[in-house]
Amino acid sequence: MMRLWRRLGLGALSIVLLALLWEAYKAVGPAGGVDMAGLQLLPRTTDLAMPHIADMVIRALEPVNSSAGSAPVWIAVLLAGVSSLGTASVGLLIGSVIGVLLALLMQRFRLAESAVLPWLVLSQTVPLIALAPLIVSWGGRVQIGAFEWERWMSVAVIAAYLAFFPMAVGALRGLQSPDAIHTELMRSYAAGWWKSLLYLRLPASVPFLLPALRLGAASAIIGTVVAEVSTGAKGGIGRLIIEYAQSGSSDPAKAYAPIAVAVVMGLIAAGVVAALGLLLPRYRRNEISA
Amino acid sequence: MSIPAPSSASAVDVRGVSRVFRTGKGQSVTALDDVSLTVAAGQFVSLIGPSGCGKSTLLRLIADLDTPTGGEIHVFGKTARQARLNQAYGIAFQSAGLLPWRTVAANIELPLHLHNVPRARRAERVRELIELVGLADFAASFPDQLSGGMQQRVAIARSLAESPGLLLMDEPFGALDEMTRERMQAELVRISAETGAAVVFVTHSIPEAVFLSDRVVVMSPRPGRIRAIVDVSLGEVRGELLREEAGFFAAVTEVREALHLDQAAPARGMDLR
Amino acid sequence: MRATIRSNLRAVLPPVLLGLLSLAAWQALVVLADIQPYLLPAPTAIATQLGLVMPVLVPALIATGTNALLGLVAGSVIAIVGALIASRLWIVDELVTPVVAAIAVVPIVALAPVLTTMFGATSETPRRVIVAIVVFVPVFVNTLRGLRQVLPVHRDLMRAYNASNWQLSRTVTIPGALPYVFTGLNIASSLAVISAIVAEYFGGLQNGLGSRITSAAANSAYPRAWAYVFGAILLGVLFYATTLAIERAVSRRPGR
Repeated sequence: MMRLWRRLGLGALSIVLLALLWEAYKAVGPAGGVDMAGLQLLPRTTDLAMPHIADMVIRALEPVNSSAGSAPVWIAVLLAGVSSLGTASVGLLIGSVIGVLLALLMQRFRLAESAVLPWLVLSQTVPLIALAPLIVSWGGRVQIGAFEWERWMSVAVIAAYLAFFPMAVGALRGLQSPDAIHTELMRSYAAGWWKSLLYLRLPASVPFLLPALRLGAASAIIGTVVAEVSTGAKGGIGRLIIEYAQSGSSDPAKAYAPIAVAVVMGLIAAGVVAALGLLLPRYRRNEISA
Repeated sequence: MSIPAPSSASAVDVRGVSRVFRTGKGQSVTALDDVSLTVAAGQFVSLIGPSGCGKSTLLRLIADLDTPTGGEIHVFGKTARQARLNQAYGIAFQSAGLLPWRTVAANIELPLHLHNVPRARRAERVRELIELVGLADFAASFPDQLSGGMQQRVAIARSLAESPGLLLMDEPFGALDEMTRERMQAELVRISAETGAAVVFVTHSIPEAVFLSDRVVVMSPRPGRIRAIVDVSLGEVRGELLREEAGFFAAVTEVREALHLDQAAPARGMDLR
Repeated sequence: MRATIRSNLRAVLPPVLLGLLSLAAWQALVVLADIQPYLLPAPTAIATQLGLVMPVLVPALIATGTNALLGLVAGSVIAIVGALIASRLWIVDELVTPVVAAIAVVPIVALAPVLTTMFGATSETPRRVIVAIVVFVPVFVNTLRGLRQVLPVHRDLMRAYNASNWQLSRTVTIPGALPYVFTGLNIASSLAVISAIVAEYFGGLQNGLGSRITSAAANSAYPRAWAYVFGAILLGVLFYATTLAIERAVSRRPGR
């Protein structure tokens, strides 16, 4: 418990240090930024380019725009964040289920592993998120009976797509992690594939699944934000990031609120996974004692 | 050659078994060559020999963790495979191989759990076994909280869970320090006497083999063959004092000489480990 | 010799077959089921477009590739130096680690719009900064892990030899950490391309692959968009293969 508080404290301290660095550079840095050999190395320091941190906070407490009844910025971005977090969760759920199922298939059949795994690994090195604008174009066009494809579903598909890879690879490594001694023990008990899975492979996968889930959750959120930017799907945080940035020339401090929310979303996702890990201590004993 | 039906009286019946491993490039290694061995019910038999003599391979063949390339193996009159499916034996390896997420009690319970033994009977059996290996205070501990010797005792309790008539043990005390090892040997003698199970025990320690066994099977490497079988008649009750008796030293010497047949006979009384 | 060829074949054949089958199935599905291009264009249509857009594709590839490369180099250098410092000074380690852990789970590309206002809309720098930050995480984490990986027996050995700190670093710590650095760089090389492309979705200078993909999609020129995606995939593979090649050259393991 002490260690947790200590880490949180140091984390807060490093945020304060970053803020001080921001203000210090803004105070002493040249207004036009720093160029070196034609490369722009450091940003401009005008209020337009780098607003004071206090201004960002104050702007977040003020209404979104001058129209009557406009909600404060922080409420607007928080609502958008909750909506995006929901979409990302749907994506993470779908991606995890497909990823784990594929990992089970690969663990069960060696041929499936040798055919699929190279593609999985290759796909990790390839910018598949570039497909986002294309999947987004499904929105409002696909209709199967009463079911209509909505834009947020495209966003969830992209999130699922990104979350899927770490889950599949992590689950496969976890399922294959038991030592020969344990698989032979299972064989000596005449335990079939299903029982070995339940009693040995799944519990042994937990230390691999948790980091995969953290990575998958982070990917799902990145996918959601990027997809929302590509779709301009209303209600999400990605849309607000772009929208508020476009008012940058007149209202520079406003753009930081949705970004802060996006950061918080990532931290919440990581926190939830960490909490999940705390619920499963018995499956992580090796990890803890190591 | 006609082979008579194996008598169900013997715990293990190995007949003319060979195991040839193919190594990738068209070559092969003969791990076991025409090995025959019978272990009577309730008998304690050790397999001893230098590394590469196929003693572990033989044990794995009996356990049906591997399949012979020639010959036949019967366990209590059934094929090795059928014996595995019927859970005719319990097994313990060099490392305890406990599941780290299960408590001591749950690890011992594992085979019973896997074979759908009712909860009440499971709990009762686990209690008996924990008493038997003297770990009653550690039932709720996790394996990483135990010493190596305690972990190995849990593994032995686990191998006894379904009261098998045959115990297969592959250097179970190999990783333990000498003092723990001797204590564990004494416990194993007691346990095997109490349960009446036959034991096939792989080791590379001569005193260990002599202390534990009714018969010591001495094997030679490349290809793995049985070189000699030494009958040890030290009686049923084997206490710590046995290790200092003349009969014990005589048996140790006999096994050592069988092991070193191809070399100059070593000086007596040295290198007891 | 023949055995190695056969085992190589056995490793290569299933994925290649699966790839060809999927490609054929893709083509057949699109043609037979009459799937609209906005959903999925046929591979042949993409290939045709690829030939047509080549003059636009190459400069876009170079623009995005340059951003990814500069960001990758800058981010990696900072990360390696940072890890070296953090492995020596615990206070740096304790301050940087939570920030790195946070960056790892946060959508860094979201910073693109404000970086664009900070550096100006005509500047290439914002995308490079994004790449550098994204790349920093895996390189820093893995390098630090590698630097900590010194086996106690090696440290004791060097102590027994009365080796200096610098000698310890040169003979034990750095060579031992190198494989870890490359693990980080391998991850970073793919991330660099991905983030360079995605950063373009958030506005800023419109000369790279990312903007080409969005504008083609916006104009309903779907096969063209897929052709640019193909270019993006090429760039990703190129970056990854280059890092792998450098790793092989540096580690010089005999017999490999």
